[in-house]
Amino acid sequence: MGIDVKRDACVGAGQCALVAPDVFDQDDDGIVMLLQTDPEGADLTAATKAERLCPARAITVTAR
Amino acid sequence: MTRAPRVVVVGASIGGVTAAETLRREGFDGEIVLLGDERHRPYLRPPLSKQILLGEWEPDQASTHTVAQAEELDVELRTSCTARGLDVAGRVVRTSQGDLAYDELIVATGSEPRRHPLLPMALTLRTLEDALALRDGLRSAHRVAVVGAGVLGSEIASAARKHEADTLLLGRSGTLTLGGVGTLLSDRLARLHEDHGVELDLRAEIVGAESGPDGTRIELADGRIELVDLVVAMIGATPRTRWLDSSTLTIADGVVCDRGGSAASGVSAVGDVAAWVDPFTGRPSRVEHQSNAIEQAVAVALRIARGELGTQPVPLFWSEVHGTRIHAYGWFDPERPLVEAAGDPGIQSGTSATDSAVLLSRDDTDRVRGAIGWNAPPRDFRAARAAVLRTPELITH
Repeated sequence: MGIDVKRDACVGAGQCALVAPDVFDQDDDGIVMLLQTDPEGADLTAATKAERLCPARAITVTAR
Repeated sequence: MTRAPRVVVVGASIGGVTAAETLRREGFDGEIVLLGDERHRPYLRPPLSKQILLGEWEPDQASTHTVAQAEELDVELRTSCTARGLDVAGRVVRTSQGDLAYDELIVATGSEPRRHPLLPMALTLRTLEDALALRDGLRSAHRVAVVGAGVLGSEIASAARKHEADTLLLGRSGTLTLGGVGTLLSDRLARLHEDHGVELDLRAEIVGAESGPDGTRIELADGRIELVDLVVAMIGATPRTRWLDSSTLTIADGVVCDRGGSAASGVSAVGDVAAWVDPFTGRPSRVEHQSNAIEQAVAVALRIARGELGTQPVPLFWSEVHGTRIHAYGWFDPERPLVEAAGDPGIQSGTSATDSAVLLSRDDTDRVRGAIGWNAPPRDFRAARAAVLRTPELITH
């Protein structure tokens, strides 16, 4: 699995950093930053939840 | 002989798309049919009043899926298909492309802008076409009147200034509102608009308007005439329920649903069109936020796919006005002024300057019910959000 984020779509709501703090962070403007690109186990589950909740649909978790 | 169960989703905007996607993700292996009355593949609406209006994005960038992602979902998308009626007992939806039987129906038809009776020439904003027409209008306009003091009025006034048009923002109630935050940020927003050169008239009563070769003359009750070359009216939205008028569903400013989004046996509703019973007030109410549509759609899809009862979404709203990012999370009591979180021992807020703040809504027992980030450092806003989450009633209700 892999994660892609679209920083130009991000609205800085912070849903991702809240539900998957080990996978996502936000820069000073609130825009998403990826802390790891190939999460596993609980991190992957959390990242998938973040993908679903992202109000800007800026996160894609893909099968590799 | 039995056929595979079929879910029909009426409305191909974010609520409908999220419902279809979540059903698949949660293992629903029946048929999913997604009906959209526009000719486009599904797209996001929030960028319409932001990136698209500012000319930063091309329309494709607002699509919810790439073509490959859409194929992988295995959802039958019918575009240019309008729902015309519903037989709840017979489980059939009538459409412009024929009748369609369903086992579960998800109503996600959204809302549409109210037209201003005295401003038939006004542009408005709901669809991609509206956004492109408005973007082109703003590019050539010298003076723009934005009618409506809600969030879309503020965002469009902000876009008009970015296009360097003289901008007049007209309201009636004396205040500016911002989604679920109501008027609590009105003064702050008014200052922001004035700092960016927007002329504000929040007690303007329009009594007439006329379009001519040199633009539109808007006549106000106090006798003033405003001559502008573009008028935009964003005076609120009405839920798109006309197609359900002859059905047995209860319609009262939206499709009335229980706390889990169920409107009748086999019928659920999500997003702008849906009035779920609010757990605090006990009254059905609509929430016009993208995040609410997403979370309601997830809750309904989980119920249909796995029989799980979802949880009430916590409202999350965002906007960007003149480059200031505004986020609001939770519930806001219009009677209680917001308080700065700066210095709050539970929330590390770095700053209390007017251009950056975390603001809280507290109830009478001092619990945090809502948090607002106004250009706030992300960590501060997340801490404030967590304080809302820790409020016990919000978890148990």
